[in-house]
Amino acid sequence: MAGLAASFGSGAMTNSIPEMDDADAFFVIGSNTTEQHPLVAARIIEAMRLKNAKLVVADPRRIGLAKLADIHLMHRVGTDVALLNGMMHVILEKGWENKAFIAERTENFDSLREVVKRYPPEKTAAITGVDPGTLSEAAELYAKSAKTMLFYAMGITQHTTGTDNVKTLANLAMLTGHIGFPSTGVNPLRGQNNVQGACDMGALPDVFSGYQRVSDDDVIRKFERAWGVGGLSREPGLTVTEILHEAGTGGIKGLYIMGENPAVSDPEARAVERCLRKVEFLVVQDIFMTETAKFAHVILPAVSFAEKTGTFTNTERRVQLSRQAMKPLKGCLDEWKIICGVATRAGYRMGYDSPEEILREINEVTPSYRGITWKRLETVWGIAWPCPNEDHPGTPFLHKERFVRGLGHFDPREYMAAFEVPDEQYPFLLTTGRVGAQYHTGTMTRKIPLLEREAPGAVLEISPEDAVALRVREGSMVGLESRRGELRLPVHLNPDIPKGTVFGTFHFSEKNMNALTICALDPVAKIPEYKSCAVSVRRL
Amino acid sequence: MIPGALVVCPFCGCGCVFHLAVRDGRAVGITPINSHPVSRGSLCIKGWKAHEFINHPARLRSPLIREHGIVREASWDEALDLVAKRLCEIKEKHGGNALGFFSSAKVTNEENYLFMKMARAAFGSNNIDHCARL
Ligand code: SF4
Repeated sequence: MAGLAASFGSGAMTNSIPEMDDADAFFVIGSNTTEQHPLVAARIIEAMRLKNAKLVVADPRRIGLAKLADIHLMHRVGTDVALLNGMMHVILEKGWENKAFIAERTENFDSLREVVKRYPPEKTAAITGVDPGTLSEAAELYAKSAKTMLFYAMGITQHTTGTDNVKTLANLAMLTGHIGFPSTGVNPLRGQNNVQGACDMGALPDVFSGYQRVSDDDVIRKFERAWGVGGLSREPGLTVTEILHEAGTGGIKGLYIMGENPAVSDPEARAVERCLRKVEFLVVQDIFMTETAKFAHVILPAVSFAEKTGTFTNTERRVQLSRQAMKPLKGCLDEWKIICGVATRAGYRMGYDSPEEILREINEVTPSYRGITWKRLETVWGIAWPCPNEDHPGTPFLHKERFVRGLGHFDPREYMAAFEVPDEQYPFLLTTGRVGAQYHTGTMTRKIPLLEREAPGAVLEISPEDAVALRVREGSMVGLESRRGELRLPVHLNPDIPKGTVFGTFHFSEKNMNALTICALDPVAKIPEYKSCAVSVRRL
Repeated sequence: MIPGALVVCPFCGCGCVFHLAVRDGRAVGITPINSHPVSRGSLCIKGWKAHEFINHPARLRSPLIREHGIVREASWDEALDLVAKRLCEIKEKHGGNALGFFSSAKVTNEENYLFMKMARAAFGSNNIDHCARL
C-alpha cells in the first residue's frame, strides 16, 4: 500500500481481473495464487492454454503455479529486492528498458540506474540463490512481452522490507513501461473480501474515506461540516500493532474490535493476549465467540454476510452490491445499527434508515466514490473506482496517460537482510502462510466440515532432506522453538520446500504459529514480518 | 429451487458474486453466476461452502457482559448503554487518544465508513485501523 502510493500516487491494484485474458505474460511473486486467489490462478492457467501466455513465478517454495510456470525463480526467503534489482540490471544491460516511457512518464531514473548497477547477475545469485541464466530469461520474458501483468500478495508485504519490495516492483514495471495500459500493471491481491473497501472507507489512522488526509486543513473543515462536529483531530492515529502495544503499556484504555481476531492473527500471539487482558474496557463485535472475544467485557453479536445488505470492494477496486439473503438470526443485529446505537448513546446522533442512505453520504464526501451510487450498483456487476460522477463508467485500469501523482517516481532500494536470520541456535527459517481450504484465523472456515477435512490441523512442513537429518518421518512430533515461544506439532514432508526452511500456517488457534513469529515492523507500512523468523526444530 | 439473493463471497478479495438459497430461515445452497466477470460460473471450494457456517449453532445470539469474571446474557439496550458509557468515561478522563478502534476487512463499506465516523466524530480518536496489514 504505502510503497505503491509513493511510486504511483495510489496504493490499489492498478488493473482488473478480466484484462488478464489479453495479457501476453504474467509475473507472480510472493503469492500462492492457486491457494489464496483460486480464480485469479485459474485465469492465468486459462490464458496460458488458450492464448499461449507465458508465466514467471518467483517464490522460495515450489508452489502450485510454479510447477506450471515457464520459469520458476526459487529465490531465498526475504531476498526479493536483490532478485528484482538483479532483473533490472539485466534489462538495462541488454537495453530492454522502455526508453520513451521512462522519459515521458517517470522521474528519478538516474538514481535507479546507479543502485541497480550494484546488482550484477553473479552478486544477485550469491544473495538469492538464483542462477544468472534463469534470472536473465525471466528478465527477458517480463521486459519483452508486449503486455505483462505483475501480481503479488502477502509474500511481498509481510517482511520488514515490505515497502522496499513493493517500490522495487513498481520500479520494474515503470522501467519496462508495463503500467498504465490494459493488461499490464502492478497488482496486489487482497486476502480478505473487503480489505480494499476498509482502506477506501478510511479505516486507517491517517485518512478519511477516499484517502483524504486528516493532516489537511481543508479536508478537516469539509468533514467537520459534513458531520456537524468541531475539533476533529489533525494528528494521525496509531496502527493496529501500535494500539495493541499501547494497550499493553496502559496508554490505550478502551478498545472496540469489530469483526477481527487479533488474539490469533497478530504476531507474538502471547504478547497480544497480555495486552488484551490489560485493557480496562474491551468491546468485541463478532458472529462467533472468537479467541479475542474471550477477553471482552462486552460482546455484541453481529450478523453474517448473508443477513446484511451493503457494498464490498474487491481486490480490483470493483465496488459490488451484496443483497440480504435472509433475515438476521434472532438476537443478532446489523453492524451499522449497532454502531448507530453506540454513537447516539455517546451523545453523537447517528440516524440512518438503511445502508443505502449511508452510501449516499459516502458518495457525497468521497470524490473517488461519488458516482458509485446504490441505484447504479443494482444493475451492474460493480463499478471500479475512481468514478467521479454518475455518468462515469468507472476505471478498470489506473494511471492511463498520467500517474495519479503526476510522474511515476523511481525510488531505488538496496537489499537488506531480514530482521532475524538463522544462526547456530536457531538454524531454520520459519515462514508462515495460508492453505487453500482455510481462511485467515479460521473463525468462519473451521466451522465448515468439508474444509476442516481438507486441512484438519496444524503441521510443520519440512523438506525431505531436513527430515533425514533430523531423523523424523511423516507425522513425527517435533518441538519448534523461536526466541519468543515454542510449539509441539507433527511434521509433514514436502519436497517443494527448500532445505533449511520450514513452513507453518496460522489458521489453527490451538497450534498458533504466531506464538513464534516476530513483531519487527516494516518502518513505513507497519506490517509485521510474518514471513520469516529463525527457529530450531527438535525431534521429540 | 429458487437460486436466492445475489451475494458477494465473504472470503478472498476476488469478489465472486453468487446466488445464496435460503429455505425455512436456513442458508442451504450456493449457485454460481455465468455472467459475473470474475466468477464466470465457477467458484473455489471456500465459495461453494460459504453457506455452511451461517446457521452454525455456535453463532452468538445475545449480547454478553462480563462482570467479575462471569459472563452473562444482557439485553441490547443494556449492552449498548454500557459500551457508550464506559467509552465516554475513558474519553472524558484520558482523551480520545486512550481509545482504539479495530474495523474489519470482512464487513461492508457502509459499516467501515460508519465505524470510522464513530471513532473520529463521536469519540475524537484517530486510533482506527483494520487488519489489512496482516
Ligand atoms: S469463491 Fe473463492 S475465489 Fe471467489 S471470492 Fe470466494 S473465496 Fe475468492
